[in-house]
Amino acid sequence: MLKLYGSELRSRLLLGSARYPSPAILTEAVRAAHAEVVTVSLRREGAAERSGQGFWSLIRGLGVRVLPNTAGCHSVKEAVTTAHMAREVFATPWVKLEVIGEDDTLQPDVFGLTEAARILCAEGFEVFPYTTEDLVVAERLLAAGCRVLMPWGSPIGSGRGLNNLFGLSALRAHFPEVPLIIDAGLGVPSHAAQAMELGFDAVLINTAVAQATQPVAMAAAFAQAVEAGRAARLAGPIEARDFATPSTPVIGQAFRG
Amino acid sequence: MRILVNGVWRETRSQQLAGTLAELGYTGRAVATAVNDEFVAAEARAQLELQEGDRLEVLAPMQGG
Repeated sequence: MLKLYGSELRSRLLLGSARYPSPAILTEAVRAAHAEVVTVSLRREGAAERSGQGFWSLIRGLGVRVLPNTAGCHSVKEAVTTAHMAREVFATPWVKLEVIGEDDTLQPDVFGLTEAARILCAEGFEVFPYTTEDLVVAERLLAAGCRVLMPWGSPIGSGRGLNNLFGLSALRAHFPEVPLIIDAGLGVPSHAAQAMELGFDAVLINTAVAQATQPVAMAAAFAQAVEAGRAARLAGPIEARDFATPSTPVIGQAFRG
Repeated sequence: MRILVNGVWRETRSQQLAGTLAELGYTGRAVATAVNDEFVAAEARAQLELQEGDRLEVLAPMQGG
């Protein structure tokens, strides 16, 4: 069981709710992924519009936990205010904290992130910080009160997979007891399996499912990959070697001496 | 009074935020509010006095990653 801030989850695949071709396909994708956590957001809505209310009804009907994000926030103030607003609307202390520092890569501003995390944790939020694989930043986020970390695999929506295997492996090794969720940049199910094989506790996928030609089928494929990767991690993968090692026993081999 | 609502200047009559939201058509909606970048909880809207030139944000649930 995956435990996030005291909540036990069977599924290790968290799903984003954006960029699907239709609400119906989003619903089917959540079911195909067996996702128990779905990320949501807040945006300006005019009084004449009703899309936000319709979306919120749809999400509530799925019976999942929601993880509101602070996507698009570029400052501590914006992120903290957005978190307050999300807590009221979505009625949850969970917040996926994003403080964006660079627009081309959507790289987190880790200085703003740690400051916002400190403020929100002190106010009772259960913060899921979208961060990099930097060990020192991770230490600061944990010191701020975070009990889950969400390092990026690669830039949001890029589909590049795990860009820094060494850094991510070091993060895993440094914090063996902290739930670590790969958030952002995964493109295909093999990326998710790789993350799980490295020992990450879960992955969060959005674009790779929502923008696939067949999002529902891709959601199912990611679910299988996450299960396979997790099972492989528990089974104890062999160490990679630089040279060949015969798998067939060499003792008793014919034509030798 | 002129206030900025979600980035658009609007002419409103109400002094309090709750009345302004009703006037704008947000009654009964799952929205969160902020005035001049400060969160205003739903239960505080009836008491919050708006001033000319205030910036009001009205946010609703939306898809997110």
